[in-house]
Amino acid sequence: MVLSMLTQSKHEENALNRAANSSRTPALRKRLRWLAPLSFAASVFVIAGHVTPAFANPAQVTNLLQPLSQPAQEIKELSMLVLAICAAIFLIVTGLLVYAIVRFRHRAGDEASEPPQIYGSNQIETAWTVLPILIVFVLILVTSRTIADIQNRKAAPGAVNATIVGHQWWWEIRYPELGIVTANELHVPASDVSRRQPTFLKLQSADVAHSFWVPQLAGKTDVIPGRENSMWFEPTQPGTYLGNCAEYCGMQHAQMLIRVIVQSPGEFERWVAEQKRAAEEEPSAQEGRRVFFANSCVNCHTIRGTSAQGAFGPDLTHLMSRETLASGATPNTPETLRAWVRDPQKLKVGCLMPNMQMSDTEVDQIVSYLQTLK
Amino acid sequence: MINEAFLQVAPEATEWKLPSSRKVAVVCLILTETGLFSIFVAGYVFYLGKSLTGPTPREVLDLPILSTICLLSSSVTITLAERAFNRDRIGRFKIFWLATIVLAAIFLASTAAEWRRLIYQKGLTISTNLFGTTFYSLVGLHASHVVVGMCLLLLVFIFSLRGYVNIMHRERLQMISWYWHFVDAVWIVVFTVVYVIGR
Amino acid sequence: MATQEIALPGVRPSGVSLVDRLHGLVVTVDHKKLGLMYVGTAIGFLVVAGLMAVAIRLQLAIPNNTLLGPDVFNRFFTMHGTAMVFLVGMPIIAGLGNYLVPLMIGTRDMAFPRLNAFGYWMFLFGGLLLYFSYLGAPGLSGSGSAPDVGWFAYAPLTGRAFSRGHSTDYWILSLLLTSVGSTVSAINVIVTALTMRCRRMTLMRMPLFVWMMIVTNFMIILALPALSAAQIMLLIDRYLGGHFFDTQSGGSAVLWQHFFWIFGHPEVYILIIPAFACLSEIIPVFSRKPIFGYPVMVGATTMIAIISFSVWAHHMFAVGMTSMGNTFFAISTMLVSVPTGIKIFNWLGTMYGGKIRLELPMIFCLGFLFQFLVAGLTGIMLAVAPFDWQLTDSYFVVAHFHYTLVGGLLYGIFAGFYYWYPKALGRLLNRKLGLLHFWLFTIGFHLTFDTMHFSGLLGMPRRVYTYAPGRGWGLLNFITSVGALLQAVGILCLAINILRSSRKGEVAGDDPWDAWTLEWATTSPPPEYNFASAPVVRSRRPLWDLKHPEDPDWKYE
Repeated sequence: MVLSMLTQSKHEENALNRAANSSRTPALRKRLRWLAPLSFAASVFVIAGHVTPAFANPAQVTNLLQPLSQPAQEIKELSMLVLAICAAIFLIVTGLLVYAIVRFRHRAGDEASEPPQIYGSNQIETAWTVLPILIVFVLILVTSRTIADIQNRKAAPGAVNATIVGHQWWWEIRYPELGIVTANELHVPASDVSRRQPTFLKLQSADVAHSFWVPQLAGKTDVIPGRENSMWFEPTQPGTYLGNCAEYCGMQHAQMLIRVIVQSPGEFERWVAEQKRAAEEEPSAQEGRRVFFANSCVNCHTIRGTSAQGAFGPDLTHLMSRETLASGATPNTPETLRAWVRDPQKLKVGCLMPNMQMSDTEVDQIVSYLQTLK
Repeated sequence: MINEAFLQVAPEATEWKLPSSRKVAVVCLILTETGLFSIFVAGYVFYLGKSLTGPTPREVLDLPILSTICLLSSSVTITLAERAFNRDRIGRFKIFWLATIVLAAIFLASTAAEWRRLIYQKGLTISTNLFGTTFYSLVGLHASHVVVGMCLLLLVFIFSLRGYVNIMHRERLQMISWYWHFVDAVWIVVFTVVYVIGR
Repeated sequence: MATQEIALPGVRPSGVSLVDRLHGLVVTVDHKKLGLMYVGTAIGFLVVAGLMAVAIRLQLAIPNNTLLGPDVFNRFFTMHGTAMVFLVGMPIIAGLGNYLVPLMIGTRDMAFPRLNAFGYWMFLFGGLLLYFSYLGAPGLSGSGSAPDVGWFAYAPLTGRAFSRGHSTDYWILSLLLTSVGSTVSAINVIVTALTMRCRRMTLMRMPLFVWMMIVTNFMIILALPALSAAQIMLLIDRYLGGHFFDTQSGGSAVLWQHFFWIFGHPEVYILIIPAFACLSEIIPVFSRKPIFGYPVMVGATTMIAIISFSVWAHHMFAVGMTSMGNTFFAISTMLVSVPTGIKIFNWLGTMYGGKIRLELPMIFCLGFLFQFLVAGLTGIMLAVAPFDWQLTDSYFVVAHFHYTLVGGLLYGIFAGFYYWYPKALGRLLNRKLGLLHFWLFTIGFHLTFDTMHFSGLLGMPRRVYTYAPGRGWGLLNFITSVGALLQAVGILCLAINILRSSRKGEVAGDDPWDAWTLEWATTSPPPEYNFASAPVVRSRRPLWDLKHPEDPDWKYE
């Protein structure tokens, strides 16, 4: 696939070269030679644009320079200042570099003499020592202010508190004050001026180091075993915010996604009420229930209101209220749920949920039972 | 090679002295070893009092007074041996050199006895708790350096018995003694951290 | 006159047959041969680790790709990183130092030739052991293969519980071996430079290259023990049931990070300072002016070395340090930019007012200057701790350190390559192929690493083996991968050039660049004894004095 792309771009390059060649004057040809690499680069961009027609789904783009919450906004403001300073330095130094190359190029007929030998200059060197120090001083001031601002924020009354526990390779989410346990999808209320509801997270790990990162809400904070970290954010717009585990944590680090679902306060409260309920028994799923409890599913999973109290895997009490399965590896649909129960290793190779070697009927029964866990 | 001929212009008879390669090399070696020990010491200090289970240092460690005296005085004897050697008094040199070896051996023996007591009577092994892990690693790292030093000392002693050691080896002996002083200095740190502060 | 071979007793003329040549390499203690062996072996590892990078890029070229599974992918990026740092960067530095330091200070060999050979063989077998893990690591339990814990191997992923089999042990042991090799070779270079300089070459008359080699090797002997100590602790954990990094028994995962980065950050400067060293020799020669502000360059290098030991935790802004800790490390990190800036300005000052000859080594230096400038500026962004909370462990960081290590170190090494190749092999590298190498590699470099900045800004974390379509990463990653292929072709041009020019290249002569340091005073390639008689210098540029007796340097220094 990639190779065919390459050959395709070669064609374009050749075409451009031919265009350049057709002028037939060698001098012009020589002068246009720099076009080849440029046109190649351009064609790569053009072709790559065609390869990924579904270039991006705006709802899933996590541009950290388009923050939608504090402290990501504050970080962005600082970042723009830093970017501006860096851009200015870049332009000045590159300008000097280009000027030096152009102005002081060796020219034909220069061979005979050497340029004046200059060994240094204390004034100039002092100048370019002091100037960076001044810039650094400014940067230090703004940086330390922002650090203190973000890190020293205290939990306000009315804040939502949640504990995130990183597992290989999924997120356990607990709301200790609300008595809710869920996984991979963190629901929080939107904050507004009249009723500020920031979210404060405590971060723990059950195994190795992970890192919690939802770029449009806040910077990342590592999730480290034997240590409790904390972070906060205060989104104002309802919506789904994507994030990833950002610290390499083993085989399926790539498929350890986070969804933060920001809801209006009313919706959030409805969600909380739903989640607080224990699982209901639906007579239609009796068979699946029996299979579920006969297998070792219960050793790892909890379904509140039943005897399943395993703590190793995600809580399934309200599985069907979640948008995704396997920590965001796939959307939660009846088909994917079936495929997941049938053989988790196919959907997410290396994950810690084993293939239970169940028959098709058993899988169907379990799936229909799981679908009652709304 | 015409160039090179030019470089010889005016080969003045000025003094051109550079430090001895051996000395610089041993200083570098000691620097890098210092780095190694620093990390182990940092690890020990970091984990002080963080063990989840016993035994604690206070419960099981005794001050190793005898072995400390032995090791520190071996620094003195090796200096005396060196001095005797420089004055060409080989007999005296052999006596002090042997004394250094004996003192080092006593140090190692008492470390062995301490470990035996800790393992068999107090039940502290390297995998018991964080204290065990850091203690045996740090003290063991130091002890392994004493063993290396003992090997060097013994080699020199055996060679000197057969008359292989002469004034040409002056600087080499000096390097061994530098290394030995370093091992002693490390012990002072280990002693302070493990047996004084850490207890 | 002095160029003819002197038959030493018991030494047969070499280069007769392949076996003789091999024998010559195996038994040699000659600093030049060992230097070339270091560089050659490093290029071999560069090709292997580079091909791994190409495979990684093919996997990431399109979303949801299945070319490499997660297990293979994770091993590849671990091996790529580990090999590039320890089996490519470090030995190339050792090779350059070995080959050039004795020549530049006008002596006949290193201070400890046999130790030198020992260092090389330790490195080689350490490297082979790392790659042997692909065969050996399954062990009795049959699980695992090559290491898959990332090149900084964060605890507790490396513990027995999470890394079964022996792959992590291979990672530890092979790096311990190469560390021993690097340490002895570093001591050797320091001792050689400090104690074997030719007559009247005072410290402040050493070529800047030698100065920077001293600094970088000092950093090696001070920083490597941190890694070795941490690895020994990890071995104790894995084999003796210790608890250093065992979080279940109170061990600390963060302590590993501290220890690793106490080594790891100086390591970055260990790798980049030799590139500075090459530039500080090459830019003056091709600008036809002495280096601007020699004492300041020495001071700035030393300052970078000292400061680099106090910045390690800027790799750990996200671990949850106190705001005081974060502020301290942000400040110290920003301070590094001051001496680094001084260096860039001094190189510009050297070019300013000169007559710049755009030969191949100089072209690569210019590439370095541009790219290292960008790398330094993204480094400042990363030093701003709050910005770093967003950027760390994203592709932005990947872009940043590849900008320093490829755009910086590798360009410096390439420049050195084109500059000293004629000295080592007596023939010039082909200019056309060299230009092709430069342009292919540079365009590939920018396609690859410029785009990575943007995927990082779009929230793409590093070390993911795949990603979903629709997150805006697809196009950028595709371009990144195309660039990687171009770089591979560029390296191929270099390889062809090296092989072809060694036989067919234009004969270089002793001093093809009209340069000023002592290595150009002897033949190309230099005889085994380097100099027929020990040179005496009166300034930093002995060959300038020689070529311009009417206006020698020593009148001004």
